[in-house]
Amino acid sequence: MRTATDISHSRRGGTPAGFDVGRVREQFPILGQTVRGKPLVYLDSAGTAQKPQAVIDAICRFYSSDCSNIHRGVHQLAERATRAYEEARLKVQRFLGARELREIVFVRGATEAINLVAQSYGAEHFRPGDEIVVSALEHHSNIVPWQMVCRQKGSVLRVVPVDDEGQLVLDDYERLLGPRTRLVAVTHASNVLGTVTPARELVDLAHERGVPVLLDGAQAAPHRPVDVAELDCDFYAFSGHKLYGPNGIGVLYGKAELLESMRPYQGGGGMIRSVTFDETTYDRPPGKFEAGTPHIAGAVGLAAAIDFVEELRWEPIAEYEHELLSHATDALSAVPGLRLLGTAADKVAILSFVLDGVHPHDVGTILDAQGIATRTGHHCAQPLAERFGVPATSRVSLAFYNTHEEIDSLARALKTVSEVFH
Amino acid sequence: MNGNLRDLYQEVILDHQRNPRNFRVIPQADRATDGHNPLCGDKLTIYVKLADHVVRDVSFQGVGCAISMASASLMTEHLKGKSIDEIEDLFDSFHAMLTAEMNGVQDFDSLGKLRVFEGVRQFPVRVKCATLPWHTLRAAVEGSGKTVSTE
Repeated sequence: MRTATDISHSRRGGTPAGFDVGRVREQFPILGQTVRGKPLVYLDSAGTAQKPQAVIDAICRFYSSDCSNIHRGVHQLAERATRAYEEARLKVQRFLGARELREIVFVRGATEAINLVAQSYGAEHFRPGDEIVVSALEHHSNIVPWQMVCRQKGSVLRVVPVDDEGQLVLDDYERLLGPRTRLVAVTHASNVLGTVTPARELVDLAHERGVPVLLDGAQAAPHRPVDVAELDCDFYAFSGHKLYGPNGIGVLYGKAELLESMRPYQGGGGMIRSVTFDETTYDRPPGKFEAGTPHIAGAVGLAAAIDFVEELRWEPIAEYEHELLSHATDALSAVPGLRLLGTAADKVAILSFVLDGVHPHDVGTILDAQGIATRTGHHCAQPLAERFGVPATSRVSLAFYNTHEEIDSLARALKTVSEVFH
Repeated sequence: MNGNLRDLYQEVILDHQRNPRNFRVIPQADRATDGHNPLCGDKLTIYVKLADHVVRDVSFQGVGCAISMASASLMTEHLKGKSIDEIEDLFDSFHAMLTAEMNGVQDFDSLGKLRVFEGVRQFPVRVKCATLPWHTLRAAVEGSGKTVSTE
């Protein structure tokens, strides 16, 4: 059956020059399978992105030939493992445009990065009555760590509202920046609506008042180049697994002078200069924040993921994902009874929607029965769902390995949902 | 729609989702208990009127997916006139029908119409949707008064 969305797709023509999605897909072994008898259509990359063979191989190679603990051994394997780990840090530094290597701290993921800043920087600097500014777009991981430190210190969370398109209301943001504001922590891209926030503008407005800014880049870093020097943010957090890398590895970028001034987040081996029972002196950043044996293989895998993305190049990636997003926006808008949430001008390829009379959970099950993986729920952003007056949404999140045909399959499957329920 | 889906979304379930029975407040309820599934946002309140350990009236209100709403609706239909002990047995049977390994000896006849939920077994992530009203009801008759959560 040819649908209106099929036609609009063929009119759009092929993929941008320089982007061969067929070749890209071949490098993701997981995508070749069938689910419930249908070809897998993976539309949950904002949950976690799938991993290219190069990442899987890099992890396998590390464990097969270079596995050792780092920093403390004099033997050959320790040297290789240490080099691989520190080369991964260098790769991340370049990837983020950070000025110095010591500004890159390896953590478990964006969540741990934010907790680190909250419990180190926050616990040191926040006082009773101080204000921390977050936004209504935030994932729970950029809300709860601040609530926890606010509770400890008697500080207060202030929330920048979003408009009906899902964009931050900048006038309100400016008004919220006051003499008691100690930190701004906002997302670079919403995991529910896809909204990309005007990060540089947010940073500038905060800096005019001497307020540091943390950007949660978990959903932005997989979709567009990030340059922390250009953004001038004070902290930037992202997760490896959303960037085609392994689980359990992530990055906190922090400006050198801030990281130098901050106290450790956890104590243990690897973060000290010397220890006696009376006193311990700490290592300098980034070691100061990496207590215990880090996820070495994870860092190696993340480096391979960054290589993979950089070989594809950001420009064709962004162009292709933009095409996918606009195709998906058209195709979903054409489904009767479907309401898209989040229609900001600048978005990453994430779409949230509700279907008239059908609960997202039922939508998810019916799509899954056709091999289509989407996510349903509040997506760890309950206050945002409440802002839009819905208990839950269905979310489609795209990556550069998705195809126009998959979007057409989704649109067709959504029509089945309506058939079941009406 | 494929076979498994048809087993899940049976016509009876869709009918109860569209037109839930006993979807009302009992103003003089002896018990009113909230149930919540934080993962999907389902929220409901079960109202129970008891006399001599027997359910005289039971109703619900709330928002949720087709499975949880239909489960609540069919449950309220099924439980009127049942004693607290009978409810306990029904709860166990219902739970077993959705979760236990099939060994051929279980008898779910007492569940009557509630057997339409047998298809949920093939969708393990949806079991909590079907059982949320039951957990909430059990808390209501036990009189714990606490909000029930699936998590």
